[in-house]
Amino acid sequence: MQFFATIINGLSTGGMYALVAIGYTMVYGIAKMINFAHGEIIMVGAYITYVVFSLLGMPAFVAIIASIIGCALLGVVTEKVAYKPLRNSGSLAVLITAIGVSYLLQNVFLLIFGSAAITFPSFLPEGQIHLGGLSISYVSALSLCLTLICTVLLLIFINKTRLGKAMRAVSEDKGAAELMGINVNNTISLTFAIGSGLGAIGGIIYGLSYSLINPYLGAMLGIKAFIAAVLGGIGDIKGAMVGGLLIGLAEAFTITFISSTFSDAVVFGILIFILLVKPAGLFGVNVREKV
Amino acid sequence: MLKVENINVHYGVINAIKNVSFEVNEGEIVALIGANGAGKTSIMHAISGLIKTSSGRIEFLGNDITKEPAHKVVANGLAQVPEGRRIFSQLSVQDNLEMGAYLRTDSKVQEDLDKVYKRFPRLNERKSQLAGTLSGGEQQMLAMGRALMSKPKLLLLDEPSMGLSPILVNEIFDIIKEINKEDGVTVLLVEQNANKALSIAHRAYVLETGNITVSGDATDVAKNPKVREAYLG
Repeated sequence: MQFFATIINGLSTGGMYALVAIGYTMVYGIAKMINFAHGEIIMVGAYITYVVFSLLGMPAFVAIIASIIGCALLGVVTEKVAYKPLRNSGSLAVLITAIGVSYLLQNVFLLIFGSAAITFPSFLPEGQIHLGGLSISYVSALSLCLTLICTVLLLIFINKTRLGKAMRAVSEDKGAAELMGINVNNTISLTFAIGSGLGAIGGIIYGLSYSLINPYLGAMLGIKAFIAAVLGGIGDIKGAMVGGLLIGLAEAFTITFISSTFSDAVVFGILIFILLVKPAGLFGVNVREKV
Repeated sequence: MLKVENINVHYGVINAIKNVSFEVNEGEIVALIGANGAGKTSIMHAISGLIKTSSGRIEFLGNDITKEPAHKVVANGLAQVPEGRRIFSQLSVQDNLEMGAYLRTDSKVQEDLDKVYKRFPRLNERKSQLAGTLSGGEQQMLAMGRALMSKPKLLLLDEPSMGLSPILVNEIFDIIKEINKEDGVTVLLVEQNANKALSIAHRAYVLETGNITVSGDATDVAKNPKVREAYLG
């Protein structure tokens, strides 16, 4: 029984990692940069939900939508202000800027809300869902369902729609995409908006799962989700989902069967292992191009 | 149809294109020939808006398009097949062609897709294959088909013969002639293979280190002793 409970725990945390990892992977795919401020955008998502629901007293769905829209806008603005001017600079410049944006957001929220943890509103029903002999908390069920739904919708969007295909075209060759009439700047903005919006959902799941939030929550969550994206093959949405779930499972099993203090070491161990053995990640395939 | 007046292109302090002027009239095939590094591709990119000119004016169908960004230029009916094809290798052949029609909202897209498949039957056979798996010649056909999907009035072709076998080069050039004659698409062709380019062009310009040095009817240019010596061997 403990085994199954661990699996459910792992998939639930993994779902959260997956949602955040998708943001990393999409932005990397199109802008060829690791947006290290992505973790902080998730933190902002959790805080927006808290402010709208607990402080302004709005219904939960309004808070969730406000959080998604707020994060999407924040993602777009960050790209326009901080990353776009550096598009033709070296990747190191962008990386350092992203780290700067990340600290900026962290500090702004420290200034406003203080460093003490705040109780996140629990707007989900108490108790558990019973499936056969298993019981799943509402948060776990929500986390898993949302991850699956978001991944499937995104894959349909990327592979089947005109805009999604344009996104893939931009990620491969911006100049050639321009020649097709695709507005590259708008496409990049859209990518940041989608990635950050999904991050908001990740932030809300974090709040619901741990019920306490503080301005540092994005740091560790962000890095773990980044590892998940690398594990799955950065740039690949399916990979980000599978990577997220695997990292969640690895963490849960370590906590249950070894020790909770050891779980971070296992996650980072996975990163080192994957970089040594298959740097392109599980789903990352280097397609050879003919010239 | 296309009027390029005194354009200059700078890369940093290097003046890659120096006061170049030329024009392309409706229905023509115009060849722009020159050695590697003469500035042919820079001119193409300046016209399609991928790089900025530092001075001069580019007019297409009476509209000033000098400052227009690349993604807007194509809406005027000006499509470019870039050097090295630059197809989207991770997209299927069909998706590549659909990207060519990205801005079109009219109902004839499907009809034009069928036309492209008829003109390039090999693309039809490989519709759902990833474009990156095509051979060089097939990729060139895909790049041309993709550009045609935007229903251009003027087609810019940058080095269509690059890296292709002589048989394929002939095939590609036959298709260029066909596109010009049957579909009435005006063509501006940039080529290192001067022989081939002059054989199908109506008029030609010779570009040397950023300057146009010779221009005229393609047959006259082909007879020009200086051109013969430098480019036709």
